[in-house]
Amino acid sequence: MGGKLERRIIRFLFALALSLLAAGPVLARDQLVIGLASFPTQMHPEINPEAVKSYVEGFTLRPVTIHDKSWSLVCSYCTVVPSLENGLVRIVDRPAGAPGHTRGMEVTVKVKPGLFWGDGVPVTARDLAFTAKVGHDPASGFANSHTWGMVEKVDVVDDRTAVMHLDEVSTLYDRIGDMLSEHVEGPVYEAAKSPGDYINQSFYNRAPTTPGLWNGPYLVSEITNGTTIVLTPNPYWTGHRPQIRRIVFRTVDNTAALLANLQSGDIDMTPGEGMGLTIDQVLALAKAEPDRFDYVYKPTLAYDHIDVNLDNKILSDVRVRRALLHAVDRKTMSDRLFGGKLPIADSWVSPLEHIYTPDVAHYPYDPTKARALLAEAGWTPGSDGICRNAVGDKLSVTFSVTSGVRLRELMQQVIQSQWKTACVETIIKNEPPRLLFGETLKRRSFQGVVMYSWLFPVESSPRQLLGSDQIPSVANNFSGTNYMGWRNAVVDAGITTVETELEPAKRQIAWAAMQRAYAEELPVLPLFFRVEAHTIPKWLHGLEPTGHNEYAVNWAEDWTAD
Amino acid sequence: MTKFILRRCLQALLVLFVMSFVIYALIGLMPGDPLDLMIQSNPGATPEVVARLRAIYGLDQPLYLRYLHWLWDALRGDLGFSRTHSQPVLEVLIPALWTTCKLMLISFVLSVILAMVLGIVAALKPGGWIDGLISLGAFAGISVPVFWLALMMILVFAVRLHWLPASGIANVGDGSLLDHTRHLIMPVVTLALANTGGFTRFVRASMIETLRMDHIRTARAKGNGEGRVVLVHALRNALIPVVTVMALSFGTLFSGALLTETMFAQPGMGKMIYDSILSNDFNLALSGLLFATLVTLVSNLFADIAYGWLDPRISL
Repeated sequence: MGGKLERRIIRFLFALALSLLAAGPVLARDQLVIGLASFPTQMHPEINPEAVKSYVEGFTLRPVTIHDKSWSLVCSYCTVVPSLENGLVRIVDRPAGAPGHTRGMEVTVKVKPGLFWGDGVPVTARDLAFTAKVGHDPASGFANSHTWGMVEKVDVVDDRTAVMHLDEVSTLYDRIGDMLSEHVEGPVYEAAKSPGDYINQSFYNRAPTTPGLWNGPYLVSEITNGTTIVLTPNPYWTGHRPQIRRIVFRTVDNTAALLANLQSGDIDMTPGEGMGLTIDQVLALAKAEPDRFDYVYKPTLAYDHIDVNLDNKILSDVRVRRALLHAVDRKTMSDRLFGGKLPIADSWVSPLEHIYTPDVAHYPYDPTKARALLAEAGWTPGSDGICRNAVGDKLSVTFSVTSGVRLRELMQQVIQSQWKTACVETIIKNEPPRLLFGETLKRRSFQGVVMYSWLFPVESSPRQLLGSDQIPSVANNFSGTNYMGWRNAVVDAGITTVETELEPAKRQIAWAAMQRAYAEELPVLPLFFRVEAHTIPKWLHGLEPTGHNEYAVNWAEDWTAD
Repeated sequence: MTKFILRRCLQALLVLFVMSFVIYALIGLMPGDPLDLMIQSNPGATPEVVARLRAIYGLDQPLYLRYLHWLWDALRGDLGFSRTHSQPVLEVLIPALWTTCKLMLISFVLSVILAMVLGIVAALKPGGWIDGLISLGAFAGISVPVFWLALMMILVFAVRLHWLPASGIANVGDGSLLDHTRHLIMPVVTLALANTGGFTRFVRASMIETLRMDHIRTARAKGNGEGRVVLVHALRNALIPVVTVMALSFGTLFSGALLTETMFAQPGMGKMIYDSILSNDFNLALSGLLFATLVTLVSNLFADIAYGWLDPRISL
């Protein structure tokens, strides 16, 4: 009896094991599974901005104007980009006594016809007016409200036409972002009683699968918090019909596990844009499985650099800063660590931007020149190989990066060894991101240099980073991100010009002058522009990474599958 | 017994209250706030915008005021909103709790069964080759890092053999019991193997000690079979210290499954607590940690009750 029961149990377990192992997932080519290393914390497009959220929502919600694959500003949901030349933009005097600027702008936006929210309601100028109203409201919680924040009023002329009244003259007048759905979000916004209410009650966060929230070719149809987002086609989309019937985002935080998921076929692709695998992982995968995926390496606007604390006595001498940069072999570092794919930076402006100028000081690897510059600054090598000045002080620099980021720590070690060759002692003091950005940089308590990266939008004003009014201090409650403490009159004037001058040629001059001043004085040691590595399945076509922060997913309806 | 349980419940409430303050204060003492990280990733966020957001999220208030607001609301059953998810805390917490419960309970039961069997077998002939083999396996389980074990399992069973899905909780469009089970196998086995080693060592040590006691010799002398001696007379006594260890482990499993959850993309409590602490999501972090504390307290209460059942001489 006992033996019979045992045999039955064993047979049952064996059959169960076989069925479990046999029931593998059946994936069709009309489904694309994208692996991400992080998950959007919430889904409101304007609150708590995150790269991963912009990526996901590029499928579902489109901005009014967008930088295309050739980095030109074009209409996405308008019929023509407003400009002075086409008469859709006017400079106007603001009413006497109005707070702020004396002049403002009137920008006429022509909303593209044939656009529908996912519930069939047409997208109209009222949605634009509603978005501007919410964005202008300080209690709404919009994170980067500058564009909407300067729109003090919107006149809805008809369903397709809106006139935005800006309270200042700004070059950002034509950067018009995502529209919110007035018929879904309007009642929520009107019902919000206290600051923060709208954020908490918004349908984007409470019920993100509501079709009326989305106006792109896809709708969010399913969310499992922390792991999966499923998109399906918007039935009311009148543009090019998306061929891929289901987009699945699967989050695997650990990039080693993400790579294993890609290799096992559980996910089909990983995007670059800092949301998928690291470049060294993709380079290794390309070597191991060269024919399995298309590997696309696209330079981006993410700028790796070393901030210098200019209050440091040693580093306040520009000759020392120049020597430090001459002593770093950036080309070899790019070759050895990143397969030679990282473009070397001369300033914060990428060569891919039309505002870039090559006419700046360059600092090629030249250890002899580095030592000569240090000698000129009064630093001569001691018996231990480390330079000392006339009073015997060591040429010692404290160097910080975020701890736990393997590639960055590796770069730091390489730089430390190269600086040692140039007689500079480097003391490594790494900190977790929260401490580094939340305390050390914010309060400018770092003693030497800090390496990290910035991600810029296209033609973005450098005010927050370089403006002399943006040096964190007790007086301004430690706001601003000019951590170096750099003051430069040319740059301050240039910032004002690029933010307010509507004549492109004049802006171009200001951009060039700022880049020259930056490269001349080196308040920051430029390193590289980061390259994002995409792994794309062979069967997927039409995906062209843009390199800027308006991702290729904004043209996902054009993707095709074999 | 009722008086004992009531007393322990009151003690648990006091511990929870003290812990809520301690956890809130500790999170508050961490450097920076979530908006600092936002500024780092978004150079366009002006100081005015950051100041406005700080006020909206209540981050401009002193820590004790924030805590008192939270406590007042919590006493009325409102755990507040998660700042990062912009959702009520319970709506974020409950799905994570469900995922962790599945993972944790199954792996806990599996590891307890394995540990009991292996520990008893090893204790029967201490120093023998079976004991040596089991001890080796137990030490391997204790020593192998969970993330490495998880990665190896993915590489073998998902990448090489294609037997099991590498991550997630279900395939989109499926969601059958079979599909869920397939997704659970690797995380459950990983977590169970990681716990089994320690449990096995405790069961083995406790059994060896018990099997040397006088009452076991008496039981054998009375002519009881070896199976009865081991499973009835020895095991019951040996379980008392083992239950304590397991009860304590049960609580830590809630937060300790972080690595397993991260590697297998299981959106559970461990990962939720970790993320909420990093992003300074006070309400969510506090609720998650308090829940883990509560589970530890409850599991210890059960352990105390189990002592009374295992050994009637223990008075509660």
